[in-house]
Order: sequence, then C-alpha cells, then structure tokens
Amino acid sequence: MRHAGAALRPIVTLFGLLLVWWCATRLFAVPSFMLPDPWGVAQALVSQRTILFWSTLTTLSEIVLGLLLGTVLGAGLALLLVFSQRLQRWLMPLLLISQAIPVFALAPLLVLWFGFGMSSKVVMAVLVIFFPITAAFYDGLRRTDIGWLELARTMDASPWAILRHVRLMAALPAFGAGLRVAAAVAPIGAIIGEWVGASAGLGYVMMNANARIQTNVMFAALFVLSVVAIILWVIVDRLLKRLLYWAPDTAAPR
Amino acid sequence: MTVPGLMLQRLTLWYGAQPLFEDLSLVVPGGQFVALLGPSGVGKTSLLKIAAGLLMPKSGSVQASDGRPLAGRIAYMGQQDLLFPWLDVIGNVMLGSRLRRQRPDPARAMDLLDRVGLAGRAAALPAELSGGMRQRAALARTLYEDRPIVLMDEPFSALDTITRARVQELAAELLRGRTALLITHDPLEACRISHHLIVLSGHPARLGVPIAVPGEAPRPPDDPGLLRTQGELMRLLTAGDDE
Repeated sequence: MRHAGAALRPIVTLFGLLLVWWCATRLFAVPSFMLPDPWGVAQALVSQRTILFWSTLTTLSEIVLGLLLGTVLGAGLALLLVFSQRLQRWLMPLLLISQAIPVFALAPLLVLWFGFGMSSKVVMAVLVIFFPITAAFYDGLRRTDIGWLELARTMDASPWAILRHVRLMAALPAFGAGLRVAAAVAPIGAIIGEWVGASAGLGYVMMNANARIQTNVMFAALFVLSVVAIILWVIVDRLLKRLLYWAPDTAAPR
Repeated sequence: MTVPGLMLQRLTLWYGAQPLFEDLSLVVPGGQFVALLGPSGVGKTSLLKIAAGLLMPKSGSVQASDGRPLAGRIAYMGQQDLLFPWLDVIGNVMLGSRLRRQRPDPARAMDLLDRVGLAGRAAALPAELSGGMRQRAALARTLYEDRPIVLMDEPFSALDTITRARVQELAAELLRGRTALLITHDPLEACRISHHLIVLSGHPARLGVPIAVPGEAPRPPDDPGLLRTQGELMRLLTAGDDE
C-alpha cells in the first residue's frame, strides 16, 4: 500500500499541475506564444525529439562533468583548508570573492576564454558546484568530536591516520549535504553558459526557440531539463544514502 | 612480566588565572586498581588527561615506575563510549590497529568480544546496540589495545544501575593484573572494583590519604568491608565539600 502511495503521489501532483496549467490557458485565453497549453508542448516534445535528445545529451554531459570536477575540486579544497591554517588564511578570501561575483556576470568572459564548446559550460558548472561542497565538507572536517580525536591520539595515531580514519569519515555526512545542494544547482551553470554562447545543448535550443517565438519548444526544453535535473538529484541522493548507511536519519519514523 | 606502575609527579595545572592543582603527586602501584573520587570541576578529568598525554601540565612529569617511556603503554577509556558509527563492532574493537597501520587481529578481537558477551554482535553497527552493549564494546576496544596501564574517565556513569553493576564486574575481572586509574562519581563503584580510593578536593585541589578497600574485587555490593569503606568515603566526600 505504501509503495503504491509513493508511486501515485508524483503522478497526482503532475496531473494536478497540468490541469491547472491547461485551465489557466483556457480561462484567460492566453495567446500560445505567451503560454502554450500542455498539448502544444507535448506536440513540440514529439516533433523536436531528435534535437531535444542530442541537446539533452550535450547538457547532461556538461552537468555530469561539472559535478565530477566540482566535487573533486571542492573536496580537495576543503582538505587543503583543514590541513593548513596558513593556506586557509590565504584561500578563504579568494573563495569568498569567487562566490561574491555572480556566475551570470562571469559567463560572457568564460565563453570568450574557453570558447563556444563544452569547456566553458563545464567551467561554469564547476564554479557553481564546488563552493557548497567545500563549505559543507570543510565545516564537517572541523567539527570532529574531541573525544574521538583524543581516543585516536591515545592509540598513537599519526596526524595523517587521524585525518584519514577519523576526521574524513566523521565529515562524510556534511560532505553529503554539500553534494546534494551541488547536484541541485549543477544545471544552472551549464544552462547559463549555453544561453550566453553555444552551438548545442538545451540552453541553446531555448534561446533559439525564444528568438523565433516558438514558445512551445522552449517549454519542451524546459520540461526535459527539469526531468534531467530531478533524475540527477535522485541518483545522487540514492548513492549518498548507500554510502552513508551508518549515518542516522533522525527525521525518518522508526 | 611485571606491570609498571604509574607515577604522576609534582603536577601543576592552571585553568586561566586559577591553579587547578599545584605540586600534585599520585602513584598508582603496578598491577593496582585505584579509584579517584571528588566533586565536579575539581580537576579529575584534567589529571587523567595529563596522565594520558592529552594535556600538557604547567610543570611536573608523568612516568612509568620501571623508568621506561610511557608511550604505547597506556589505554584510555572516556566518558562516552566513543564508538565510530561507521565501523561495525569488531571494526571498533580493532580501531587501534587500523590507526597504527598494523595488521588487525580478528581472532583476538572476537575472543575479547566473547568475553564481554558481544560475540554475536560483531557485525552490528554501534547504533544497533544498547547503552550497556556499547560500553562493553568500548571495554573490549580498550582491552584489545593490551596496554599495561589503563585510564578510565567515568566510563560507566551513563548506564542504569543494574547494567552498570554488571559492566563494573566485567571490567574488574578483565582488568585484573593491570595498573588502572579510574575516575568515578560513584562511591559504590569505587568500593566495588578498586584496591585503593583517593579523594581529590579543594581549590587548588589536593589528594586525600589513600583508603584501602579490603577483599578481592569485584566485591559484592553487600560485602561488610565494602559497606564500611563506602560509609567512610561518603563522610569524607560530604565533609570535604566546601562549595
């Protein structure tokens, strides 16, 4: 019963939203170039399926590459920060500056430097992704239980062993929280990059359709993008739950 | 092999601008179980941390009675069980090997788990265990270290009375022959499992005269010698309390 309910809920939500959307287009007689009805978008999904498929592949590659590189970079930075106080004093302001400048403002520059291809989008995605991971992981690494650290010291553990077996492990739940945020914001970087300048990808399809007032194609691309984003998040969430099987989920009913 | 004693000599520790203790000396003879009692905040835990090498005193020294260095000869058991939630029970018992990059000894770990009554739970995660089981797992981890000197900071204080009594007996049996220093708030616990009791009190703190507890540990809770010592101890603790 509970399984059936869990499967039913998103379907009910989806149909509810579609119904509201459809009613809105009918009720207010919105012209389709402003807000197409669900049927028009469905038609666009079918008629544009080839370009949508290949664009999705491009955008997904950018997001996944950005997520992988951003995670490695973010985790590495957090480890560097916790390992050296001096490095932390030098790097922390740089990190904050990198986040104070909006990625939107950097996008044209990155396209200029890294070209119209995939690399500028990956760089943009990395810029969006690494910070939540660094911030969360660094915080986790610094908040290790003093008792655990003292116990490890009485067991003659080297600083390296303490970092590897105690601090790192204890910080994994915090790292997981950072990675969940990163997975949720990852598509932003890629899409902004494609808006500014690209020759492929869902963002490129959207800009193109926008210029031609093919609003239903825009919506179709948006729909595909959100499906991709949700699937990506679910995969990351599942992987983290498996990796952190030992971390208590106190919100879950027993 | 003779078990070395633990000698804390002329220790001085300041907490901010206040001396916590000055010129404090304490000897735990080799193979003896000594319990240290006293009011909260008097500096018992600090004293134990100095002995464990976790805290540097302002002055004074910690030595083994055989003159050899203490490094690698002390095991420490804290107030919490401090089990790592990501390791199963046997992994927690063998934690020391992992941290020292030595080959773990699962056979010995299983034997210890068997002795603390957790042989069937070796693959369980700490979160699946009760408080008493967790503390027994921590005891097995302490014993796995196989150090001649064992320091314990109120290791059983979070347990309910019955569980505490059982774990105390287990600890007294399994630590027999080792040099042990136990901090406790519980006069009964001190009287049941130690050879000598010492009271730490005052500001700056001073050690009282060691009280010998008659009979072999672990003593039954209605042992006449134990009850007499416990009464004496209670009188000392309440009279010496100037807070």
